[in-house]
Amino acid sequence: MNHTTSIQSAQLISKLWELLEGIPDPEIPVLSILDLGIVRNVEVDENGHITVSITPTYSGCPAMDMITINIKLSMSAAGYKDYSIKQVLSPAWTTDWMTESGKIKLEKYGIAPPNPNDELPACPQCKSPNTKLLSQFGSTACKSLYQCEDCREPFDYFKCH
Amino acid sequence: MPDKEILYNYLLQLADSSLILAQQNGTWCGHGPILEQDIAITNITLDLLGQARNFYQYAAELANEISGKTTATEDSLAYDRNEREYKNLLLCEQPNGDWAQTILRQFFYTVYLKKLYAALSNSDDARLAGIAAKSLKEIKYHETWCSEWINRLGDGTEESRSRMLKALEEIWPYTGEMFLPSADEKTLIQSGFLPDLSAIEKEWKEIVKEVFAESDLPFPDEKIYMQQGGKEGKHTEKLGFILAEMQYLQRTYPSAEW
Repeated sequence: MNHTTSIQSAQLISKLWELLEGIPDPEIPVLSILDLGIVRNVEVDENGHITVSITPTYSGCPAMDMITINIKLSMSAAGYKDYSIKQVLSPAWTTDWMTESGKIKLEKYGIAPPNPNDELPACPQCKSPNTKLLSQFGSTACKSLYQCEDCREPFDYFKCH
Repeated sequence: MPDKEILYNYLLQLADSSLILAQQNGTWCGHGPILEQDIAITNITLDLLGQARNFYQYAAELANEISGKTTATEDSLAYDRNEREYKNLLLCEQPNGDWAQTILRQFFYTVYLKKLYAALSNSDDARLAGIAAKSLKEIKYHETWCSEWINRLGDGTEESRSRMLKALEEIWPYTGEMFLPSADEKTLIQSGFLPDLSAIEKEWKEIVKEVFAESDLPFPDEKIYMQQGGKEGKHTEKLGFILAEMQYLQRTYPSAEW
């Protein structure tokens, strides 16, 4: 690869990342798939073929098929033709890959962000730390259900994974 | 690396067990005792289904490499094989029964998967190790949930305890098969590709004994005859009915998609 094409492909890759940033998670539309850490890599080979590597969140998450379709739709709409989407299972996806800005967006949206210390999550509404677990399994595979003991509001917690 | 055909058979064993249990659990959807628990059992079911898909996709690639064709897919493996070709554990095809029986069946299988996947996540086969490591994260939530229910029912009311004891009597004879290696497993264990199942059995029993002790449930007689044959395609009469329902659409309208 000569110097000009390597600059071109670097520009292309940064454009692709911008495009992917615009794709929301179908279940939690306030987060982009980049916030979730699903997209692991974007590569362009010497023939101009683009490979987007994604890591599924939960094995049984129905949103994963939707995300793959949405990436294809966005790529095609932006005029890219020669691309493929590769699923990478290892290393397994972890909530540690969620961006800090993603965690802030989640909390504003009313979902307590993953807490790696596994302490009780604070209420995303009134910020009280006085909460209790209602159910380990919530409205989607990635969430469990809590309730705030002070404002009494039930809320979702994005589980550590 | 092991012979492709043996590995293919082994992957089907893993995939079939989780698929059949998922199919069984799935019928609780909309019928769980309360909404949160309905959601819990169906979430666990989705995880099992997703894990089965990962194994089927791998198995389908191997099947195509072996045959030189491109006809095998995750769907063809799930929908186009009959009961003699299914290699699931007999435990997974046992009926849902009541909530106690469903919970107990799930608990036994979950603890087994936890120990098995922990061992497989160190496999030399990077793809198998990747699937196992990913699944293990999900299984840990299942274990907590199941153990709490064993506690609640075993050490709950007279009614819940009697149901748990009855479920134990029904289900226990199907637990031994998990640790009795099939011919393919024996080959894989001998070559060091798979861990020794008796080591997994020992760890499984430790956890089950601990949870049973907390729940005031007796640990059953270990010497009774254990049912076996599922891994080799010899099933109870129940599997045929499960497959008849699960495969109905593909059998009636082959290659239908929506």
